[in-house]
Amino acid sequence: MDFGIVELSRLQFAMTAMYHFLFVPLTLGLAVIVAIMETVYVMTGRPMWRQMTKFWASLFGINFVLGVATGLTMEFQFGMNWSYYSHYVGDIFGAPLAIEGLMAFFLEATFVGLMFFGWDKLSRVKHLIVTWLVAIGTNFSALWILIANGWMQNPVGARFDPASMRMEMTSFFDVLFNPVAQSKFVHTVSAGYVTAAIFVLGVSAWFLLKGRHIELARRSIAVAASFGLASAFSVVLLGDESGYEAGLNQRMKLAAIEAMWETEPAPASFTAFGIPDQQARETKYAIHIPYAMGLIGTRSLDQQIPGINDLVAEGEGRIRSGLIAYDALMQIRASHGDVAPEVTAAFEEHSADLGYSFLLKRYLDDPRLATEEQIVQASWDTVPQVFPLFWAFRIMVGLGFAFIAVLGYFFVVTNFKGMNYPRWALRTAVIIIPAPWIAAEMGWFVAEFGRQPWTVDGILPTALSVSHLSVADLLITLVIFVALYTVLFIIEMGLMLKYIRKGPQDDVAETEEWMARHNARLSGQSPNIQPAE
Amino acid sequence: MILHDLISLDVLRVIWWVLLGVLLIGFAVMDGFDLGAATLLPFVAKTDAERRVVINTVGPVWEGNQVWLILGGGAIFAAWPPLYAVSFSGFYLAIFAILAALILRPVGFKYRSKRESVRWRRNWDWALFIGGAVPALIFGVACGNVLQGVPFQLNDMLMPMYPGPFWWKFLALLNPFGIMGGVVSLAMLITLGAAWISLKTEGEVQKRAQAVGTVSGIVTIVAYILAGVWMAYGIEAYQIVSVVPANGPSNPLMTEVVRGGSWMDSYAARPWIWIAPILGIVGLGLAVLGLRAGREGSTMIFAQLGIFGVISSVGLPMFPFILPSSIQPNASLTVWGASSSQLTLFVMLVCALIFVPIILAYTAWVYKVLWGKVTVAEVTEKHHYY
Repeated sequence: MDFGIVELSRLQFAMTAMYHFLFVPLTLGLAVIVAIMETVYVMTGRPMWRQMTKFWASLFGINFVLGVATGLTMEFQFGMNWSYYSHYVGDIFGAPLAIEGLMAFFLEATFVGLMFFGWDKLSRVKHLIVTWLVAIGTNFSALWILIANGWMQNPVGARFDPASMRMEMTSFFDVLFNPVAQSKFVHTVSAGYVTAAIFVLGVSAWFLLKGRHIELARRSIAVAASFGLASAFSVVLLGDESGYEAGLNQRMKLAAIEAMWETEPAPASFTAFGIPDQQARETKYAIHIPYAMGLIGTRSLDQQIPGINDLVAEGEGRIRSGLIAYDALMQIRASHGDVAPEVTAAFEEHSADLGYSFLLKRYLDDPRLATEEQIVQASWDTVPQVFPLFWAFRIMVGLGFAFIAVLGYFFVVTNFKGMNYPRWALRTAVIIIPAPWIAAEMGWFVAEFGRQPWTVDGILPTALSVSHLSVADLLITLVIFVALYTVLFIIEMGLMLKYIRKGPQDDVAETEEWMARHNARLSGQSPNIQPAE
Repeated sequence: MILHDLISLDVLRVIWWVLLGVLLIGFAVMDGFDLGAATLLPFVAKTDAERRVVINTVGPVWEGNQVWLILGGGAIFAAWPPLYAVSFSGFYLAIFAILAALILRPVGFKYRSKRESVRWRRNWDWALFIGGAVPALIFGVACGNVLQGVPFQLNDMLMPMYPGPFWWKFLALLNPFGIMGGVVSLAMLITLGAAWISLKTEGEVQKRAQAVGTVSGIVTIVAYILAGVWMAYGIEAYQIVSVVPANGPSNPLMTEVVRGGSWMDSYAARPWIWIAPILGIVGLGLAVLGLRAGREGSTMIFAQLGIFGVISSVGLPMFPFILPSSIQPNASLTVWGASSSQLTLFVMLVCALIFVPIILAYTAWVYKVLWGKVTVAEVTEKHHYY
């Protein structure tokens, strides 16, 4: 296997997936926020809420199309660049992707057109239903893609079939109710809600700083702060759940995130700061918080969290076990159905470790011929790069708590302090607009980079998963992707800023008139001459 | 008893082979008119208002239509994993060209009218043209190559390999028969796009679409018949010569395949499949007549039926082959050797039976809401139009 192809394929996937996820979280959250605003409009009939709905929906639309455009790349890329992966686990991984299309993509994509074109073609209630269907569709699509992704992290409900040389599904329900997938789903959509809440908060704060669209901005902040605060709690809670699941299923990832080289006596401490050194296998300048890690990772005081060194030793054992499975598999395949029962028994006993023998394919074609050094080397390959994981995780968590603080502050001022936002707070809200995106990308980085060296944890190494393309193929597509995506990003940002600056364009006269009446009534002036709303 | 044993594996495989066809045809008849309309955009619409009319005929619906392609990709992945693995990586640069073109499309529709600049709008018009024409062409080229067999191998771990330099793999697709397939496909989707524009617009734009559609419809029929004759006499087919393991494990290497004969042999063996090419020619012929006569709704239906016939006439005679290998015929992907497991096929079938009717129902409702012509007055008055 040409290692350049593996690295280029990974780079391309990382780049296109992370770029795709610039648009996804805002789509997830803004769809719901717009639907909430429209619900208020339909319930109260107040034009201001319709104007808010249309304004935020117009920004939603600009963002949404790039999510669609770049999502197409994701759907194709597994087959294009990861053909062995597609063959090897398509029986399981393909199903949630197809169901995503049936259940989610059709829903959101069919109704998103009506959401924009249907205002004067549909009744209020029907249009509201359309908006909610778009929001539900986007969230369903997150559910199914995270079921697929959750299976890569924790491959349940499947077994290896020697006859078809691939993993096959044994229980759809195990795949569906994979605990890793469930906690990741709620964590991810909540992160999307927080992203959109911070976005709405920040843009509204900018309006207030400029003294424009004050009524629209204050109401938008009210929605964003309460919705965002609840979501921010959910992100942290389910993030903790993900950490707990990782402690059960992906112990190496957890140990790498924590830069925990040695197994500590329970309950382990949490390293709040440190400089992990992969070569020396130690963490310099570490600052420990006692007990914290043991509590998060095991929710107990007496269970140990294994350190990297112990997990590597365990991995070495699994490579040796995997080699027995590999040898049995080769005999089964050579025998054309006429195989000694002890060979089948040996395969069944060790087949769970088959993937570990594939780690040796990086060094030689036939893993059975591996030397002792190569086996030890391969066992160390099971350790992902610790430094970037350690810090990406801490940046994500730190930002997560910062969002709770900011959203909580705005929630309190909105509800209890008469919406008198100090200018420094408004400026803070504008400045942190990009922060949720950084947190979300860091989260994906931890999840996927931390999964290395596997595409499917313990089953299929990344190096084996790629297509047998040439470096030229990959360079051509990579360069065009970078160029195309950069241009589209600049165009999108330009339009986003333009339409934020333009402010609300719809129903301006109607909203102003209603606003004037509304304010008059609030201040107690001649309420009796106003017609009913 | 386990539920998924209710339907035997060979039956599930045939059902999913039919569904594969349904999805590809669904994509061609639904998103096909968006691709055709985008291809026609610079030619049937001259002024900015006219172009906005054409864009807004597909503006609210193309997104839903494109899901047929996305679902097609997902369903091939789920039901035919080896096909997904081999075709997407084997046609690497061609698939990438489709992808890059399709990426331009959502952005083009949504962003084009968001700025006033003439140059900005003109650039997006051409981006939309590329987003329509390039996929329409390449899908046909791919079909032409599938009929001839594609140069891929499977090693003993079933890893797909494609010998030869990268530029050759791309250029080899552009062989004469492949190009013929591309011409049929492009002309066919232009005809469908013309039928759609004719249905949704009025005045000059409608007249131009009808004129172009008449020509492209005739080109489609002529090219399609030529391609058929060429296939009958000039293209070698593939045959399974070993026992067919219809219920066997999904391993393409378990059957023995040789090149030889013609795909026309299938027409002799199963004469009922003549329905497909006849439907193709009659449907497209009626669409041409409809465009000339200025009939709107029925023309659209006839064009869609014609496309249904044309695509079926590629898939049906190849059965049980899905993707033959020209350099290692034993590695050819067939209905019997390239599917998912019985459980996965069953689960996916249940999902499809639940969701496809729901999808068709709400799609029909959306088209009903949006029924009627898009006019110049409409697009200039309402600023939420594209």
